[in-house]
Amino acid sequence: MEASTVAMIQNLAYLLASILFIKGLKGLTHPRKAVRGNLTGSLAMFIAVVATLWAGDIVEWPWIIAGLAIGSIAGVILALKVPMTGMPQMVGLFNGFGGAASFLVAGAELIVAIGYVATATEAAEAAGGVLPAANTGMSLQFLIAIAASGLIGSVTLFGSLVAAGKLKELCFTFGGKKYWFSDSILLPGRHVLNGTVFILCIVFSVMVVLNPTTAVWYFLLVIAAAVLGILISIPIGGADMPVVIALLNSYSGLAACATGFVINNNVLIIAGSLVGASGLILTSIMCKAMNRSLANVMFATLGPSADGPSADDVYEGKIKATSAEEIAMLFDGVQRVVIVPGYGMAVSQAQHAVRDLGNLLESRGAEVEYAIHPVAGRMPGHMNVLLAEADVSYDKLKEMDEINSTLDTVDVAIVVGANDVVNPVARTDPSSPIAGMPIIDVDKCRTVIVIKRSLSPGFAKIPNPLFALDNTLMFFNDAKKAFTEMIAAVKES
Amino acid sequence: MGADLVLLLTIFVLAIFVGFEIITKVPPTLHTPLMSGSNAISGITVVGALMAAGKDEGTTAAVLAFLAVALATVNVVGGFLVSHRMLAMFRKKG
Repeated sequence: MEASTVAMIQNLAYLLASILFIKGLKGLTHPRKAVRGNLTGSLAMFIAVVATLWAGDIVEWPWIIAGLAIGSIAGVILALKVPMTGMPQMVGLFNGFGGAASFLVAGAELIVAIGYVATATEAAEAAGGVLPAANTGMSLQFLIAIAASGLIGSVTLFGSLVAAGKLKELCFTFGGKKYWFSDSILLPGRHVLNGTVFILCIVFSVMVVLNPTTAVWYFLLVIAAAVLGILISIPIGGADMPVVIALLNSYSGLAACATGFVINNNVLIIAGSLVGASGLILTSIMCKAMNRSLANVMFATLGPSADGPSADDVYEGKIKATSAEEIAMLFDGVQRVVIVPGYGMAVSQAQHAVRDLGNLLESRGAEVEYAIHPVAGRMPGHMNVLLAEADVSYDKLKEMDEINSTLDTVDVAIVVGANDVVNPVARTDPSSPIAGMPIIDVDKCRTVIVIKRSLSPGFAKIPNPLFALDNTLMFFNDAKKAFTEMIAAVKES
Repeated sequence: MGADLVLLLTIFVLAIFVGFEIITKVPPTLHTPLMSGSNAISGITVVGALMAAGKDEGTTAAVLAFLAVALATVNVVGGFLVSHRMLAMFRKKG
C-alpha cells in the first residue's frame, strides 16, 4: 500500500475511535446503558491502538510489546484486586499514570527531534552550508506543546500521588508526632513558596521553547512541575478531596491533549478534551455543592469561625442519646425513612449493614430512600458506588435537590457518618464557614437519628445544632455496629 | 504550521464543547465511574507512546517511550476495568 493510503486509513480509524469515545461517554448518562458505554470506550481505545501499531512505521517492536504486556498485566491485577472501598485512591493513581505517560512521550519526542536536528545540521555543514532555519524540524507549536505536556503531565502525576496517599489515609511520624497525610498540611509561607515554584515552571517552559538544542530545560521543568503538583495538593484535606480529584482528572485529559499537539494527532486532542471538559464540570459541581469557589478550595482552608458559638453552648444539656431498642420502637409502623450516608459509612464499611436495615424496614411496609449529598465522601459519587456495591437499587439513591422538597413528609431520617452536609447553620448563619452551602434538610424530618461515634465536629470544625434539636436522637456508635444492633432490635420487637 | 495549528485548535475547541454537552447529562450517581472511565480515555496518550517507542532513536528516548507505553497501558486497562466493575454493580431491582 502507498504511504498516503496507509495514513488515510489510519486517520479514518482515529475518526472512528473518536466517535466511539463520544458514544461511550454518552452511554454513561444512564445507569442502564453505562456498562455498554464503558465497553464502547474500551473498543475505541483498542481501535486507536491497533491503527497505530498497524500504520505507525514501527521499527522497534521489543520495547512496545514489553510495555503493553507489563502495563496490561499490572492494570488487570490492580483493577481486579482493589476492593470497592479502595476505589478512590486507585482512580487517583491511574489518573497520575496517564499524566506521567504524557510528559514521558513529550520528553521522548523532544529528544528524538533534537537528534534529528543535530544530524541534519552536521550533514548540512559537511556539505559546506548551513542548515536553513525552516528545516530545524521544531515548530513553535511543537515546542509550546512539549512544555505544556511536561508541565501539566508532571503536575498531574505528583498531585495524584499525593491525593492517592491522602485517600489511603497514610500517616507518617515526624519529630515524635504522628501526622495524617489526609489532613490539610499547611507549610509556613506556602503562598510565597507556591508562587515561586509556579514562576520557576513558567521560566523553564520559556527556556524549553527558546533552547530547543538541549533537553535539560525540559527535565528541569518536569522536576519543578512535580514540586508544584505536590505543593498544591498537600494543603487540601478531608472533605475537599472530591474537588482536587476531579481537577486532577481534568488535568490528565489536558495533558493528553497537549501531547496531541506535540505529535499532531487528532484522536489525542479529541479524547483529551473530552476528559478535560468532564473533569472541569465535575470540579465545578463539587465547588457549587460546597458554595465555594475553586480558588477558595485550592488556596484557603476552612478554619473555625472565631465568633461562632462554641460546642458547649450548642450542645449543653440538649443532647439526647438513644439506644438500638428505642430506635426499634420508633420504626414501629413507620411510613417513610430516609438514610443520609457520609464518609463515616465508608470508613466503617457499613454499606451492607445499612442495606440490610433498609430491606428489613421495607419488608415491614416502609418506603426507604437514600439521600446523597454531592460532596458526601471523598470523591464525586463515592456513596453511590458503595451503596451500589451493597446491591441497593439505583432508583432509591436520591439527589439532594430531589429529596429536599419532600423531607417534611419523612418520619425518620438516619444520618450515618455525615456531619457538615446536614448542618442547618449553612442556612441560618451567614458568618459560618459553610454559609450558603446547600445541605440535606434532615432537620425538617419528624425524627432524626444521628449515628456518630462522638460529638466531634466534621471537616468544617464547627458544632452542628442539628444534634441538639428536639427531634434529634444521637446514637453514639460505630456505623456498622449501630446498624447491626438496630437490625437485631427491630427483629426482636 | 499556521494552517495545521488552526485546524488542531478547531478540533480542540469543538471537542471541549461536545464534552461539556455530554458530561452535564451524566447523573451524580455515576460520577465515580465517569471519573474512572474518562480517566481511562485520557490514557489515549498510549497512541503517542507507541509512536515514540516504535522509533529507533537512541536509548534515552527508548526508555522514556517504554515507560510511557507501560504507564499509559496501566491507565487504560486498569481504568476501563475498574469502571466496568463499578458499573456492573448499578442495578435496578423490582
